[in-house]
Amino acid sequence: MKKMNKFWLFLILAVVVYGVGQGLIQTGILNAFYSNMLILMIINIVLAASLHLVIGITGQFSIGHAGFLAVGAYVSAIITMKFELPFVLAIIIGGIVAALAGLLVGIPTLRLRGDYLAIATLGFGEIIRIVFLNIEYVGGASGMMVSNMTTWTSAFVCLVITILVISNFTNSRHGRACIAIRENEIAADAMGINTTFYKVAAFAIGSFFAGIAGGLFAHNFYIIQPTNFGFLKSFDILIFVVLGGLGSLSGSVISAILLTIISTYLQQYPETRMIIYSIVLVVVMLYRPQGLMGTREITDFFGKKKTAKGGN
Amino acid sequence: MGALLQVKEAGIQFGGLKAVSGFNMELNQGELVGLIGPNGAGKTTSFNLLTGVYVPTEGDILFDGKRLNGLAPYQVTRKGISRTFQNIRLFSELSVLDNVKVAYHSLAKHSILSSIFRLPSHFSEEKVMEEKSLEFLKIFQLDRYKDEKAKNLPYGQQRRLEIARALAAGPKLLLLDEPAAGMNPQETHELMELIAFIRKQFDLTILLIEHDMALVMGICERIYVLDHGQLIAEGTPDVIRNHPKVIEAYLGEEVTSDNA
Repeated sequence: MKKMNKFWLFLILAVVVYGVGQGLIQTGILNAFYSNMLILMIINIVLAASLHLVIGITGQFSIGHAGFLAVGAYVSAIITMKFELPFVLAIIIGGIVAALAGLLVGIPTLRLRGDYLAIATLGFGEIIRIVFLNIEYVGGASGMMVSNMTTWTSAFVCLVITILVISNFTNSRHGRACIAIRENEIAADAMGINTTFYKVAAFAIGSFFAGIAGGLFAHNFYIIQPTNFGFLKSFDILIFVVLGGLGSLSGSVISAILLTIISTYLQQYPETRMIIYSIVLVVVMLYRPQGLMGTREITDFFGKKKTAKGGN
Repeated sequence: MGALLQVKEAGIQFGGLKAVSGFNMELNQGELVGLIGPNGAGKTTSFNLLTGVYVPTEGDILFDGKRLNGLAPYQVTRKGISRTFQNIRLFSELSVLDNVKVAYHSLAKHSILSSIFRLPSHFSEEKVMEEKSLEFLKIFQLDRYKDEKAKNLPYGQQRRLEIARALAAGPKLLLLDEPAAGMNPQETHELMELIAFIRKQFDLTILLIEHDMALVMGICERIYVLDHGQLIAEGTPDVIRNHPKVIEAYLGEEVTSDNA
């Protein structure tokens, strides 16, 4: 019953946010610059949520996430631009191909742990980028022209689906299995959990949504180039997750929102932009080393009140 | 009916080091057996052989008549062998209830897709998991801590939780690796009662490693003694207590023989 309430609350909240955003864009209160920021924000949230599943929940320190973003971006762009198929189909296929790439990368690398896994995924991320760099079909280094198809509506629908799927996955026996792997892999194994399966599954689901984000990203900027998907992009996503608090989905979402706003506003000061951005990160890590939300979720705060009421 | 667990000449070699070799053991349904030995004798290594953490380089391990060699730990657990660890390995950031639910994982059937789309099977199976896990916590008198993070429990309760979690995986054979380590006499006494209780309640076969001789001698029906990776004695507590090789392993050789 309580879980159902949470679901409806989420849906109502989503509709309200969507309505407000749509209203602001339609009436022209937000100009093209800011409505573009909103879409960028959604892309970043999807990316943060997808990496949260891999790092925050399953505890596998992957820093090649931009590679899967690239796969989604290029595949979806090929489908709309070369085959002239609908955008929706492009997004879905982009996600699926990215998930397959995730499987391909995940199966060998997820045997590794900690630093080794980080380096291996970093390497794979770069390999994916360089593969696209060398394919003439997608424009090589000069990039690929993509028409603008991503709208507030399409982006928002993707966002809602991402959040629902990831939170549903997390709040089930499968999510608990992943958290158990994060907490103690040997014990998880001894409790009958197929650790390899769940690590690869979480990685593939994470890659799927990175691919979805890639589809939105590709159809938002008129052009995609391999340089958009370098390891710095991977670190950007990593920062969302770490800053939000490892293990907190709402933390990842909040930090993706905040950091997108900060970095957009700082574009007015190009000379000092990166300095201020870095200072913000350092300050947050000094005063909230566990991240903005720690391991808690925003719903925990409401949950607490409810149990207190029940006790009276 | 044959033995529940049969270990035949099992051993493992790490490079040039033979950690355990020629290890033979038979456990019958319902027995409570102890495995003792000085530090570094290979007790935990033999547990790791039984649970699939290590693959034996020699010999066979048969459980319920089926060969276990080469199975991954999670597969061994699903066959019905569950364990606790010498250094407690709880899922410390998870709640006490979730710790037990994780162990119940492989007994539930709903798929990832069922959970993502919240199909009816997700709700019904998760409900069963919740109820069963709460039952386990009640049996172990841990239900009042159910929403507490596992890491916040007192030490003795963490041990209890680890045993509860191992049982939730539905084992026929339970392996306890030094369950009384770090416990005071009062806690050890409670633990002995708990072991006796779960054995009856769950119709279990139990194998335990322990250094606390009072506990081992008090509750085990048979005892195996390991030293330097070799089985040196086997028998009832009385036999073991007076076994010359066991005394030698623990206390060293008697000097009186030289004088005589």
